[in-house]
Amino acid sequence: MEGDLAHIGAGLAAIGSGAAAIGVGNVAGNFLAGALRNPSAAASQTATLFIGIAFAEALGIFAFLVSLLLMFAV
Amino acid sequence: MATETTAAEGSSLVFHPMDQFIVKPLFGDGAVGMFTITNVTLWLFLAIVAIVLLLIWPTSKRAIVPTRMQSVAELAYGFIYKMLEDICGKEGVKYFPYVMTLFMFIVCANFLGMIPMSFTTTSHFAVTIPLALAVFLTVTVLGFVKNGAGFLSLFWVSSAPLALRPILAIIELISYFVRPVSHSIRLAGNVMAGHAVIKVFAGFAAIAAISPVSVLAITAMYGLEVLVSFIQAYVFTILTCVYLKDALHPHH
Amino acid sequence: MATEPVNEEVAGSCVDAGGSAIGMPQLCFDWFPNQIFWLVITLVVIFLVLSRVALPRIAAILAERKGTITNDLAAAEDLKAKAVEAEEAYNKALADARAEAQRIAAEARAEIQSGLDDAIAKADAEIAAKAAESEKAIAEIRAGALESIQLVAKDTAAELVTALGGEADAKAIDSAVDAQMKG
Repeated sequence: MEGDLAHIGAGLAAIGSGAAAIGVGNVAGNFLAGALRNPSAAASQTATLFIGIAFAEALGIFAFLVSLLLMFAV
Repeated sequence: MATETTAAEGSSLVFHPMDQFIVKPLFGDGAVGMFTITNVTLWLFLAIVAIVLLLIWPTSKRAIVPTRMQSVAELAYGFIYKMLEDICGKEGVKYFPYVMTLFMFIVCANFLGMIPMSFTTTSHFAVTIPLALAVFLTVTVLGFVKNGAGFLSLFWVSSAPLALRPILAIIELISYFVRPVSHSIRLAGNVMAGHAVIKVFAGFAAIAAISPVSVLAITAMYGLEVLVSFIQAYVFTILTCVYLKDALHPHH
Repeated sequence: MATEPVNEEVAGSCVDAGGSAIGMPQLCFDWFPNQIFWLVITLVVIFLVLSRVALPRIAAILAERKGTITNDLAAAEDLKAKAVEAEEAYNKALADARAEAQRIAAEARAEIQSGLDDAIAKADAEIAAKAAESEKAIAEIRAGALESIQLVAKDTAAELVTALGGEADAKAIDSAVDAQMKG
């Protein structure tokens, strides 16, 4: 039954993906709010936007990775 | 193991989401040695072919008024060139072929991986870790060659209060060494996750009642994955540029 | 999944008898050397292809296009300057012609005026001369008339005197007539 525990752990780890989604949404939403206030500055900051999204998403990917490891590698 | 619990029952629901990532020899059934020609070899080779078809073949006429394919090549060139120049400044332009190689390889491998039944090379840590390590080593060596011991000022945050600086230095040092880890796992993880999710939905398609939903979900995920393929290549490249900037101008 | 059963010994520890993956294929270290080897070869090939062929070529195309555009712009600028010049020349010619026309008109007017003045002066002089001549002629005629009146008067007086039976003394008659005429 250790496999079942691993599955529960995998499911719990997958919550991290949702947390990453919140983070990415935060980044993109704040960028949009700022861009609508000052559209002229928005174009120069898209690179920063993608870097921010990438960092936020990377941590979600770690959670996903933990989930996968529990599913397949434990 | 998940695979045996689902497959062993002989039920209609069979999930093998990770099978698409298996490395197999292309000819025969032998073991996968270091020099064996495998499906990895094939799809890496196809990536080269794609780059040649994208950048060299359309530009062979050197037309002043570009054809459609030629303007794609020029767009790719201008896109990466501008990114590098914006982030690293004029000194960074020297490393343009290096950055362009990374970008073109990742973007072509990602898109080739989107072809059904294909093998996605960038979903393997064995591919992305060397890429990220190459960037990490290049940046570190370059930083020390260009700035000598001055490169260490990257970890010494001179704008912080003196008492905090050693602690910050440790944090900066740790984050510096985590860079290649996150750099490689982000790419492989994103690509692998997308493909695995599509495979899981494909497994659901075996049940007649929910197969339309499943097919719709696959379509939607496929669209998202096409986007992710490009964005991950872009992010990998832009982070390479940012790290290069740290090597060229380590002072905050 | 593979259709044929895989020989487990050669396939290694990452694939089960059914050809499915055991665990994550990404973490199968048996395959790492193979992938890394081919990846390095691929990257070197791409790097060489890009840095030797593709990038210089695209850079040349872009530079050439930039040059062409710059040249065309310069040519257009030139043509524009020429057009402005031509317009200026045209305007100048127009102004010149207008001034010339005005000058000619003024000249003609002056010429006509002077001719007119001359003609008027000449006519005036002629008229004056004619008037003087007429005056003279009138004076002569008047003088002639006076003389003839005197003659006629003297003759008539002599006749009258003779007819009345007197002796016509020419001298007396003359003086008498003169006296009468002056009277």
